[in-house]
Amino acid sequence: MIVKDVICILFMLGSFFLFTTATLGLLRLPDFFTRLHATGKGDTLAALWSLAGLAVYHGFTLTSAKILFIAVFLFLAQPTATHAISRAAFRCKVQPWTLAKGGEK
Amino acid sequence: MIRDSQDVIVKTLSRLLVPFMVIYALYVIMHGHHSPGGGFQGGVILAAGFVLLVVSHGLEQTRKRLSEKAAGVLSSIGVFIYAGIGALCLILGGNYLDYGKLSKLLPVVPAEARSLGILGVEIGVALAVMAVMFTIFLVIFTVGEFPEDDRSEK
Repeated sequence: MIVKDVICILFMLGSFFLFTTATLGLLRLPDFFTRLHATGKGDTLAALWSLAGLAVYHGFTLTSAKILFIAVFLFLAQPTATHAISRAAFRCKVQPWTLAKGGEK
Repeated sequence: MIRDSQDVIVKTLSRLLVPFMVIYALYVIMHGHHSPGGGFQGGVILAAGFVLLVVSHGLEQTRKRLSEKAAGVLSSIGVFIYAGIGALCLILGGNYLDYGKLSKLLPVVPAEARSLGILGVEIGVALAVMAVMFTIFLVIFTVGEFPEDDRSEK
């Protein structure tokens, strides 16, 4: 029981750290693409880890199998959504941030 | 106007996901008795599958699978199933939607007839909700053009 709790807490702490990092990136990075980069990567792995923590906490049951299905869905859908958004932005000619263009935000 | 997207990643993933969305929607409909969900939610998930098809594979591809006319017919069929089961209970001598009376037609005890009646009603609700949601989506996303009438004139 203790081992299960410890693994769950580790997963949760990792996902909290990643969520915090992703949010920090969303708030602090200079332009659209870099913000998308931060949230797209960070949120995917953070959601995966928090779901994995829940599945471990619940043990080997039907509920944890459902949680794993959700994890697989997120793992497929979230990067694709990020890709679609960034592609749409690129085709709408959103200008990326570069050092040549002023450098400061 | 929604065009066919040229994006291989989005197309492939939506092609992979739509069958699972349909299965999940059926699960939600069937489990409406003893878990969160039911006809309305399952119908909305079914409609979301069609919306994903429209977004990834374009309007024309989706129209081949479910046209506006078919959606209209399906919504009517859904309402008909709902109202028909209700009226059937009325005919069999109960109140409107009093499923227990269906045990006179089905070879089961009244308690199980109740469960089956609720399932039938939920299938009707799911059909109606799916068709109406899909129609609303198409109407909103094809503003300014009148798709089927225009095409038949051309």
